[in-house]
Amino acid sequence: MSQIEQAKNEPKGARPKEQITTDPSDAAQRMRAGSMIIPVTPWVIAAVLLVLMPFIFTDNSAITIMNQMSITIIFALAYNMLLGQGGMLSFGHAVYAGVGGFFCMHVMNWSDFFAGLPLPLLPLFGGLAGMSLALVVGSFSTRSAGTVFAMISLGIGELIAACSVIIVAFFGGEEGVSGNRTYAQPFFGVEFLQQIDVYYLIAFWLILSALLMYLFSRTPVGRMANAVRDNPERAEFLGYSARWVRYYSFVASGFFAGIAGGLFAINYEILTEENLNTASSGVILLVTFLGGVGFFFGPIIGAIAFTLLQTVLSLQTELWAFYAGVLFVATVMFFPGGLAGLLMMHVPVFRLGKARLLIIPYLKTLLPAAIGLLGLAGLVELVFHYRHAATGDNEMTVFWTTFDSHNILPWVVLIAIAGIGLGIAKKTAPSLLEAWNEATTPDGGTR
Amino acid sequence: MKKLTKMGAVSALSLIVGASAAFAENIKIAFIDPLSGPFASTGTNGLHQFEFAVEYMINDKGGVLDGQTMEVVGFDNKTSPKESLIQLQVAIDQGIRYIVQGNSSGVAHALTEAIDKHNRRNPDSRVLFLNYAAVDPALTNENCNFWHFRFDANADIKMDALTDVIAENQDIKDVYIIGQDYSFGKAVSAAANSMLKEKRPDIEVVGDELHPIGKVKDFTPYARKVVQSGADAVITGNWGADMLGLGKSIIENGFEGPIYTYYAAGSGMTAAFGESGKDRIRLIAQGAINPIGSEEARDLYNAFLKKYPEGNIDQSRIFNTIGMLSKAIEQAGTADDVVAVASQLEGMEYDSMWGGTLYMRPQDHQLIQDMHIAVHTNDDIEFDYDQSGFGVKNESTIEMASKDIATSCEMQRPDPS
Amino acid sequence: MDLILVNLIDGLVTGLLLFMLSAGLTLIFSMMGVLNFAHASFYMLGAYFAYQISLALGFWMGLLIAPLIVGVMGAGVERYGLRRVHQYGHVPELIFTFGLALLIEELVQFIWGKNQMAYSVPDVLNFTAFAISGNSIPAYKIFMIFISIAIFIGLLYVLTKTRVGMIIQAALSYPRTVEALGHNVPLIFMGVFGVGTALAGVAGVIAGPVLGTFPGMAFVLGSIVFVTIVIGGLGSLWGALVASLLIGWITTFAKSYNIAMSDILNGIGIVTPTDLEDNIFRDLWTVTSPQIADILPYILMVLILIFRPYGLFGKRAA
Repeated sequence: MSQIEQAKNEPKGARPKEQITTDPSDAAQRMRAGSMIIPVTPWVIAAVLLVLMPFIFTDNSAITIMNQMSITIIFALAYNMLLGQGGMLSFGHAVYAGVGGFFCMHVMNWSDFFAGLPLPLLPLFGGLAGMSLALVVGSFSTRSAGTVFAMISLGIGELIAACSVIIVAFFGGEEGVSGNRTYAQPFFGVEFLQQIDVYYLIAFWLILSALLMYLFSRTPVGRMANAVRDNPERAEFLGYSARWVRYYSFVASGFFAGIAGGLFAINYEILTEENLNTASSGVILLVTFLGGVGFFFGPIIGAIAFTLLQTVLSLQTELWAFYAGVLFVATVMFFPGGLAGLLMMHVPVFRLGKARLLIIPYLKTLLPAAIGLLGLAGLVELVFHYRHAATGDNEMTVFWTTFDSHNILPWVVLIAIAGIGLGIAKKTAPSLLEAWNEATTPDGGTR
Repeated sequence: MKKLTKMGAVSALSLIVGASAAFAENIKIAFIDPLSGPFASTGTNGLHQFEFAVEYMINDKGGVLDGQTMEVVGFDNKTSPKESLIQLQVAIDQGIRYIVQGNSSGVAHALTEAIDKHNRRNPDSRVLFLNYAAVDPALTNENCNFWHFRFDANADIKMDALTDVIAENQDIKDVYIIGQDYSFGKAVSAAANSMLKEKRPDIEVVGDELHPIGKVKDFTPYARKVVQSGADAVITGNWGADMLGLGKSIIENGFEGPIYTYYAAGSGMTAAFGESGKDRIRLIAQGAINPIGSEEARDLYNAFLKKYPEGNIDQSRIFNTIGMLSKAIEQAGTADDVVAVASQLEGMEYDSMWGGTLYMRPQDHQLIQDMHIAVHTNDDIEFDYDQSGFGVKNESTIEMASKDIATSCEMQRPDPS
Repeated sequence: MDLILVNLIDGLVTGLLLFMLSAGLTLIFSMMGVLNFAHASFYMLGAYFAYQISLALGFWMGLLIAPLIVGVMGAGVERYGLRRVHQYGHVPELIFTFGLALLIEELVQFIWGKNQMAYSVPDVLNFTAFAISGNSIPAYKIFMIFISIAIFIGLLYVLTKTRVGMIIQAALSYPRTVEALGHNVPLIFMGVFGVGTALAGVAGVIAGPVLGTFPGMAFVLGSIVFVTIVIGGLGSLWGALVASLLIGWITTFAKSYNIAMSDILNGIGIVTPTDLEDNIFRDLWTVTSPQIADILPYILMVLILIFRPYGLFGKRAA
């Protein structure tokens, strides 16, 4: 443990010395240690689902959004190798994905070589590029975890992002670097002209990299990463070098981030400064935390939820970032386990076979709460419209209903909806809590 | 469990994306520009001008092609090339065939390239790209394509007009060039250097520098160098907060000469400069606001102010874009066949209500128009910006600026189908 | 060289402004062990509140009232937000402040819109104090220097000479002992958080008119504040001061003198390649110091973290 860590923890006194970490006891317990046997069923279901998805959602835009989701999932999983499994908080992880992507773009433009390369192999180059950068940066940044690691990652992230407009030869300046994926060697006759072809390429890489990352978390190195996260001193006493364990995780994470960057290059055929900047690094932190860092599948949920917020909600309202911010802060405050933690809370209930006890109380509380929150969101929209819309442009549409925002009626209705919904929810909350306690207590238990 | 969430989430997605795809009677224009994030104010103002242009110029006058109405649909690209490409796909899926965009040349490059690829790969759903503000010369030179039309003057044309004016001013002996460190800033600097050398060999460029874009907190050190250099005039292509910061700092720290700019008006900037920038800040722009180009434009501006009392028409080219597009659609007799519409746009001559005749050069799809040098002042201002009493007043006009400027564009036209 | 003097003054203004932000941040850090990502957002709130108040009551009332409001809001955030998240550990705390920063930016846009605010220097101070060979020094800058120095002295006095300061210092190091002595430690924490954010608010009030009041102002300054306290040594007030001034002067001088990379490389004996246009390192050769001025602090921080991880003045590390 670095000295700064100690210094930082000392004043609090109350807590034992610890790494910056997520709720360690929780995560360590949940991941069943030791077993190398992989539960096959979820993977098969996921693969089948990925194959079927384009038949359900045939629009090109839906496929584009699903591509974006898959890329974010890989990136978020790679990020969680650091944050969730290794306890390392990085503020500049976008650069590994970005550099991987830029390298792929250059491979794409290297026409002699690219013409002989089947496109599905391209992400490998991105992975290698991301890994090489991680090899270099990790050699000094992983010496300690905690604040030192976080600040080095921020500094390196800012540096490389700033370089993107200075070193034009590699990063292409503000325009970025673009290329054409169809110049690759046709892969069994497929030229990847259409989005759907790209979708299956990305889906393949999604399953493959998710599986590999899962396997990594089961290897001794992956397990030791958890140990180092939870208590580096004890891990060192056992004879493991905390630094090297962190280094391996970091390099592996860089590799998969690079893969995500390579897939980005294939999907969008352009990489720009935005792939490197701190905003992108921040987004991936949000995504991962929103999904839940304590579980392997947490980032997957986070990536899906966030992509939907960003691309679909932003079509509906200008205020999407505001809602995303509220959702995020609420998650940190009330559900630090993220969405995955919320889901996994219910596992014991199912184990006890008491899920049925919860249905009615859930309906009684969550339904009014949801309606109340929608009413609240409607009010927010109304206030926003009232303040910022053009004079004379009094009409606005909320939830498919069009009305005059300068009329008193919609205000009354929305306030009533919000008030009544949240009121009912507040009233029924105690009985939900009771039902919850009941459902999580084994029969005959004393508590 | 995760599968369930995924299913739920994605079905919601298809519902929302699908819901808006049903109607196709009216002609839709996708506006892909920032509506959230740091550049949202410029984007939102642009969207308002587009919406108003369509209502006032087209729909209130009976529409085009036997009463079809036009509609502008806003898509928030958050100034991100990635998001722009996603939103482009969504727009195409909604049956939209006309894309307008303008903020950030980086985004414009991404879009024009993606649209070129899309049109080649999907001949059934081709789209046109009407660029109303991205000024990187490359878009109508080496990176030109048949689907892209630019309604603003590009950076070289603007600089050509600007240097014409500077060349006539014999008081100017030393010039300082400063800009943001990216493609546009570099283009401005290169053009200024070469054109000044050609037009006024005696003018010395006493400073030529780039600063990081969007990162500078305090411009004082740059301003000191400007003052120290003894320059008589400053040329900058800065925009947004970088323009305001630089301009204020230069004036505050004792520079006395004129500051020639591309983007120092509107979006709160005119109000923020206020008295301090009076008769100092000069702007190269198309479209005459003070005095206004025509009675028609005056009526339009007043109607606009009635609707958006806090709004500015700082991009009058938006009205030219809509006017020329509707004229091309009328002449082509269809709005669905974008190749026919594009062929009408090529070489079109159009009388703008903001003064002068516009000409869409067929060889590179660059609009040729009158350029104005305007000054930031509160004298003789009929239409001010930001409700500040200050506005821009024309000082000189260059007719059909750079009509014969060279282009390296090799236009590839699609086979008539 | 007159210009050196002018640059020294400019750098001092930048550095002292940075110090007002980093002073609060470093106090909060040594108290709670968490880097407050939303700190620069309170700076932004200070500027916006002051703008709003100045419309009705003038600049001076803004300077008085806005920091108070910001401080109360900061205390509220500590009491109802951070204290709750504290139990989950450090990473959630940090992420909470990160989310808060996003949320505040959205809120500001929600209320004031996305344009630049016309918040300007009061007329009393809108004149040139003096000029050094043609470079005018605005009176407002002198005013900024005085305010910052007054705050630094006040802070130092309170922390080291008063009883309250003693208790705070003790609570920072041994919270349980102080609590056992009968002091309300959570209240002290809340108070320090409130004062720290109020300081950021003051910085916003006086910086808003010169650096611009717009929704991105927090983002522009955000991470540089961390860099400052990391370089200075986390938790050290003197470190924050030295690092702030260092960064202020380094960036100012780097921007003022065009030092080209090719000159440096030539200086150490590397010859400029003749085919510079095609060279893959061409961009490296053409880099000048103003281009990289604003990333110099990051380079400095990374180097310091590698070689001296507890910063320049981080005494506690021993």
